[in-house]
Amino acid sequence: MNKEEAYRVQVRKLYRSLMLFFTLFVITGGGIMYYMYHPDGLDFNSKSDAIVAVPIVEDEDRIENGIHMKTGLVEAEGLMIVVNNCTNCHSAKLVTQNRMNTERWNATIKWMQETQNLWDLGGNQEIIVNYLVTNYPPIAKGRRMILTNLEWYELAE
Amino acid sequence: MKRRDFVKKTTLSSFATLIGTELVFGSKMLEGYTPLALQDPDPFKLFNKHKDMVVLNDKPWNIEAQAHLLDDKITPNLSMFVRNNGLLPEAINSKSWTLTIDGESVAKQKTYTLAELKSKFEQHTYQLTIECGGNGRAEFDPPAKGNQWTIGAVHCASWTGVRLRDVLEDAGIRSNAVYIGYHAIDKHLSMDPKKEPISRGCPMSKALQDETLLAFKMNGEDIPLIHGYPLRLVAGGWPASVSGKWVNRISIRNKVHDGTKMTGTAYRVPCEPVAPGEKVKDEDMCIIESMPVKSLITYPKTGAIINKEKSLNIRGHAWAGELEVTKMEYSIDFGSSWTACTVEKPANRLAWQHFSATVDFPKSGYYEVWARATDGNSKAQPMLLPGWNPKGYLNNACHRIALKVK
Repeated sequence: MNKEEAYRVQVRKLYRSLMLFFTLFVITGGGIMYYMYHPDGLDFNSKSDAIVAVPIVEDEDRIENGIHMKTGLVEAEGLMIVVNNCTNCHSAKLVTQNRMNTERWNATIKWMQETQNLWDLGGNQEIIVNYLVTNYPPIAKGRRMILTNLEWYELAE
Repeated sequence: MKRRDFVKKTTLSSFATLIGTELVFGSKMLEGYTPLALQDPDPFKLFNKHKDMVVLNDKPWNIEAQAHLLDDKITPNLSMFVRNNGLLPEAINSKSWTLTIDGESVAKQKTYTLAELKSKFEQHTYQLTIECGGNGRAEFDPPAKGNQWTIGAVHCASWTGVRLRDVLEDAGIRSNAVYIGYHAIDKHLSMDPKKEPISRGCPMSKALQDETLLAFKMNGEDIPLIHGYPLRLVAGGWPASVSGKWVNRISIRNKVHDGTKMTGTAYRVPCEPVAPGEKVKDEDMCIIESMPVKSLITYPKTGAIINKEKSLNIRGHAWAGELEVTKMEYSIDFGSSWTACTVEKPANRLAWQHFSATVDFPKSGYYEVWARATDGNSKAQPMLLPGWNPKGYLNNACHRIALKVK
C-alpha cells in the first residue's frame, strides 16, 4: 500500500462516516420536524391523514397586519399555542365564531377531551382560554340586533 | 464518477425517505381529497357554490346561503347550505355501494346494492324543506356553541329515491321497533376510525312516512358529493341532521337510537323552558323533532333603495316542519300592523311554500320589511328570539330586510 492509496482509503473512510452522519442528521431532523407539526403523527396505528404535505409550505406561520395568515387568528399572547392545539382537527373558524367566557371554554375543552380525542393541554389550557376570552370576547346581542353591514344598492325593477 | 453517483444516490435516498414519504401521502391526497387539505382551497369551485355563499368553517365544511340566494322555488345546488360534521369521504364507487338494513328490530338483516334499490322499489320525487336545527344560532344571547348560522341553513330541493318504508318492510320490521339510526362513511375529525362524526335517526313514525326517502338524485341529477352522493336519507321538516349523507347502513332499533349526536345535548332543547344562560342537565334535554314555522324574504335582497312612486313586489318562502303554513303576512312598521301576503299551497307535503305581496310605502325614509308565517296550529313566528336554549337551536324569529325609499 503506497502513500497515495492509504490516503485514498482514509478519505473514503472519512467520506463514509460523513455520509452516515449526514443521513442520520437528515432523518432525525426530518423526524423532529414531522413530530413538531404532527404531535399525534407517530401513532402508526391510525391511518395517516391527508394534511401531511403541509410542512413543505414555506413561512406558514407568517403574520401580516397582526393576523396569523394560515388560520386568521389575531396575533396576541398565546397565539402559537392556540394554533398548535386548536387547529389540528377543526378549522380556526370554528374557534373564532364562538364567543364564550372562561367557564364555558373550559367546559368546551373538557367536552372535546371526553368525546373528540383532544389531548391533555396541561399548563397550555390557561394560556389558550386567556387568549380566547381576551381576543374573542362575547358580544351582547340582546333579544334582537339591529340590521348591520348593509350594502345599499338601487333596485331596478 | 462512481463516487459522485454514490453521493447522489445516498442524498437522494435519504431525502426520498423523508420527502418521499410526504410525497406518497401527498399523492394519496390527490386521489379525490387534495383540494380540501390544501391551505387555501376554493370551496365555491370545489362544491359548485354561488360566490355569495358564506363559509363558516372550512374543517369541517360548513357553508350557508344568504336570503337572496334562496329565491328559486326549488333550490339549486349553487345555493344549498353545507353542514358537515366530519371529513368528506373519499373514493366512492357507486357500483359497489351497498346499503345494509340491520339492528335489533330487523326481521332479517339484508344488504342491497344501489342498482337493487333502484330496480326493486318504486321511485318517488318530492320537494323537501331541509333546515339545520341550528339555523339562526348566531342570534342567541348568551351565545350558543357551534357554527354560527344566520339565516341561510335551509333549502328545498327536489329529491328522488325509494321510500325508506318500502326498504325497511322488505327486510322486515319487528313489532318492537322504536327508531331508526343511520350510519355513513364520512370520517371523524380526529381521524379515529372507531368514531362516527354523526349517526342520527328518527322514530319509526317518521321513518315510515311517504316522503322519507333513500335518495340517489337531487334536482334530477346524481346527488353532489358534498350533499351525500351516492345515497342520502332525506326526512323533510325535521332537523337536517336526520337526513344522513353517504348512508350505507340503517339500523332498526328497539330503543331510541344512541348514535353520535343523538345523545347528550346534541340536537336537543330543554324539555321545559329555561332562562337565558341557564345550565341544563343532559337528562332534561329533549330531542328536536319537527322544525318550527319560519319564512324568508328572498326578494328583494336586503339594502334596496327604491322609488316612492313605485310599488315593491316582495316574495319568499315559508315552511312549518311537519305542518303547513296557513297564513303569511308582512309588516313595514315593526309589527304595529300586518298585511296578508299571497301564499301558495306546497308542491307536496313538507315542501316550502311561496309567498308574495305588493308593498306601498307612505313616505320616503328607512324601512324594514318583516315577514311572519303562521302554521296550521296557529303558531306564528316570534319577532323576538324564541326561547333561549344551550345549543342555540330552533331560532324561527321573523326575517326582515332593510329598505330605503326616496
